[in-house]
Amino acid sequence: MSKIICQCGHENPEGSELCQACGRTLTEAAAKRKTHDVMRYEGMARRSQTYHSSIIDKIWNFFSSVKVGVTLIFITLVASAIGTIFPQEFFIPQNIPAVEYYESRYGIAGKIYYVLGFHDLYGSWWFMLLVAAIGTSIIIASLDRGIPLYKALKKQRVERHDSFLKRQRIYTAYEGNASDDVIERIGEGLRKRRYKVKAENGHLLAEKNRFSRWGPYINHVGLIIFLIGAMLRFVPGMYVDEILWIREGETRSIPGTEQEYFLKNDGFTLETYQEGDSEVFDQTIQRTGAIAKNFQTDAILYKRDENAVAGSQDELTEVDHHAIQVNVPMKFDQFALYQTDYIENELYKMNFTMDNKETGEPVGAFTVDLFNPETSGVYELEEGYSVELTGYYPDFSGFEDGEPQSDSPLPNNPAFLFNMVSPEHPDGEVAFVAIQQNLEPLGPNEYEISFNGIETRDLSGLTVRKDLTLWILALGGAIFMFGVVIGAYWNHRRVWIKKGPDSILYAAGHTNKNWYGLKKDIAPAFEYAGLDQPMDHQELKESDSSAKEEEESGTTRQHK
Amino acid sequence: MAQLASISSTLLYIAFLLYLVATVFFAGSIKSKKHTNQTGKNRWATIGITITLIGFASQLGYFITRWIASGHAPVSNLFEFITFFAMMLVASFIIIYFIYRLHILGVFALPIALLIIAYSSMFPRDISPLIPALQSDWLAIHVSTVAAGEAILAISFVAGLIFLLKDIDLSKGGKQAFWLESVLFGIILVLGFVLSATAFSVAGYESEFTFVNADEEETTVQYAMPALVTPNEGELLTEGAFSTGLEMHELVNAPRLNTVIWSIGVGAILYLLIRLITRRTVAALFQPLVKKANLDMLDEIGYRSVLIGFPVFTLGGLVFAMIWAQIAWTRFWGWDPKEVWALITWLFYAAFLHLRLSRGWEGNRSAWLAVIGFVIIMFNLVAVNLIIAGLHSYA
Ligand code: HEM
Repeated sequence: MSKIICQCGHENPEGSELCQACGRTLTEAAAKRKTHDVMRYEGMARRSQTYHSSIIDKIWNFFSSVKVGVTLIFITLVASAIGTIFPQEFFIPQNIPAVEYYESRYGIAGKIYYVLGFHDLYGSWWFMLLVAAIGTSIIIASLDRGIPLYKALKKQRVERHDSFLKRQRIYTAYEGNASDDVIERIGEGLRKRRYKVKAENGHLLAEKNRFSRWGPYINHVGLIIFLIGAMLRFVPGMYVDEILWIREGETRSIPGTEQEYFLKNDGFTLETYQEGDSEVFDQTIQRTGAIAKNFQTDAILYKRDENAVAGSQDELTEVDHHAIQVNVPMKFDQFALYQTDYIENELYKMNFTMDNKETGEPVGAFTVDLFNPETSGVYELEEGYSVELTGYYPDFSGFEDGEPQSDSPLPNNPAFLFNMVSPEHPDGEVAFVAIQQNLEPLGPNEYEISFNGIETRDLSGLTVRKDLTLWILALGGAIFMFGVVIGAYWNHRRVWIKKGPDSILYAAGHTNKNWYGLKKDIAPAFEYAGLDQPMDHQELKESDSSAKEEEESGTTRQHK
Repeated sequence: MAQLASISSTLLYIAFLLYLVATVFFAGSIKSKKHTNQTGKNRWATIGITITLIGFASQLGYFITRWIASGHAPVSNLFEFITFFAMMLVASFIIIYFIYRLHILGVFALPIALLIIAYSSMFPRDISPLIPALQSDWLAIHVSTVAAGEAILAISFVAGLIFLLKDIDLSKGGKQAFWLESVLFGIILVLGFVLSATAFSVAGYESEFTFVNADEEETTVQYAMPALVTPNEGELLTEGAFSTGLEMHELVNAPRLNTVIWSIGVGAILYLLIRLITRRTVAALFQPLVKKANLDMLDEIGYRSVLIGFPVFTLGGLVFAMIWAQIAWTRFWGWDPKEVWALITWLFYAAFLHLRLSRGWEGNRSAWLAVIGFVIIMFNLVAVNLIIAGLHSYA
């Protein structure tokens, strides 16, 4: 590897811009660049700026460029924005295929949206690729800069060449002031401001908050950990997302727990705010109508004994008992149960009477449990009377070849085939009963079944969630926040004081950001030494002519 | 309680008036002859900041009394949230003012806060109870941190706007002059909305339509302004109310589009009047105010406020948001439009910091980025709620 040898004799690695010993600029290109840009990584050689030939160099250089990084961020940003124009696939009604939905609802624009994959943006391969590219870019860019920066800051020399000091934004040469006493006082003043001051041959280097330079690197580590956490979601066993529908009074095994845990729904409550609850709410309630106040499932959690037979519900021990509400999940093991949905008033039981058609007098009443009908059973009524349930069609959809059909086992539209036994008809009369329907398939009957009310119950929809990636995400997030905060709320500040020939005192200052703060910070030390504040040679060009005048007179520089 | 609620409204009103008066004093401060470098001690500015502080105290009073009256942190609907955002904007201005003592900042920051409060009061102001999803301490924690972060970021917009007003040579015209004028036009449109909405509400205008919505159900809808466009198969129910009968597609929210048309109309008329009377562009009208502004200082304030605001926004808009979403909605991220726009805002400011740090985008470019960032924040605050409905769309 070739080296660049500085005038001062120090050997610098190829690609260096500033001599790591004295601070002289080493290349013409570096001399032309803005000081602030050269100083960003202390003029250190960076891999991406030095090697360009092999394919690995090219990949490295591509991803280490902040230009590329920002471009990737912008593409992600624009894609996400487009992704909010129409709802994502998981928000559209589940009963219509996405292909049809987007086109029929949003026309040609919807079709284009669908074809380009924006309907499932975050699951699309190219979005994943984009995020992966950002991750790669963060890692490479940070290594490319972080390592040289760390090395440079670790071995700083106190004395720098005049040219280094002169190029700094904050710089003044004080003529006839370079006495040891003045330098001592500046050092003392800066120490009071909690600078670490190093003295060497009468020159000073004062430095504070170097740690803030690691902020970006720390926050990038946090981001990478977060991204890894987000990917682990796809590893089997890390993530459970199930829904548990459970009726009032029911006990069900909790999906995802391998029949280990069971839940009993001890009642579901839906409350709404009422006028008069609090007078300040009345106006809103009048304007918008009912507002939900609480969705709650009173839940009892059971654990099955370890040696119990799989699938049995006998040996259950209660482990927890509390109300699950929105914002108040029930937690156990690595699981959490959330109140996410409900169905009110599902049909539960139906009450009937058997009446004498002629007199209209009932001869007895009975109740059918729609979930547990006694199909082979007989409802015994008054003496000599009984009803036999010979057919049950919970989700009746019509007849096919004279046979009643049921679409599902859910009692959405229950229908029944009854055999009514009476002293007059010991073999029974057949009646087909459905909602709003009463048929007598085998000819006219003497008795009939009439509907006598229903009982309903609520269904609670609980989401069962296990997410073992959460702590990784939390760790990544915490590291990210820590890095961002130390990078943003502290600044790395340095002051160089050099005793030149002929009693000239050179003072220069540098910070990675917040120049105003640096100036305010160091002013008292110079005042204490009897000197004016060092000047700020701002590089920002003012286009307005009046500002230029002020600049010349120096008024814009001093903010006391 | 109802009495407390009315005290609360009065306090907000007082804060509004005080901010208005403070603006006048800040404007006076930059006119003063002795004022050469726009910072430091100045009698007008001292009075201005004092009144601002009293105004802020009054708005804080509004916030606390409303909290007590309703029993929950008043950040649960659009009116409350936007008002709170304005309060945070004033707080951020006060903090930045005490660091840099740049008087000109008050001349622009306070009117923007005023406009935002006025805007917020166009939404239903009554106290509403909390739906189950919002019944959590995280509501206050998350929303207030987001608002604080966005408000600090908004200060960079104020600094950027002043920077651009001074930096851009308006006499030559060109793209920058055009876009700057567009930003100011946008602000005038908001004024147009406030004026037209207030005028019709004072006049008590109201009309009702029945219409067929996108799910092919027949429903009714209220119009607060005369109907320039009507909903899909809309039929006017209110007698004597105005309607053009110009029917919109079923997917268009016609009453909102109607409001937008009115606002743009009134705003445009206002803008044209200003141009006709003064014979100058709005940017040119403001330019004399910023003649003495110090570009370095504005650039520094713009960057500094992004640096201070970015971590706060990250904490509120992403970290706290994810924690709450995990508790309330079972998953920390759900790609809801409001979430996505918070992510977009975050990515945008991350890009801002990268461009500034590594690509040297300072001064003019940095100022433009600050303006665009504010547009994104406003878009998330206003448009996403009103146009793109999702889990977050408040009642
Ligand atoms: C969403 C993704 C990212 C976020 C939130 C983020 C965040 C940050 C933040 C807050 C800073 C500190 C900026 C400042 O103090 O002004 C920073 C610095 C930096 N970022 Fe990122 N970053 C992201 C992605 C990237 C990518 C993709 C690259 C790749 C090129 C990158 C490279 C850098 C570099 C080189 C620095 C400067 C470090 C220094 O010189 O001290 N970042 N990043």
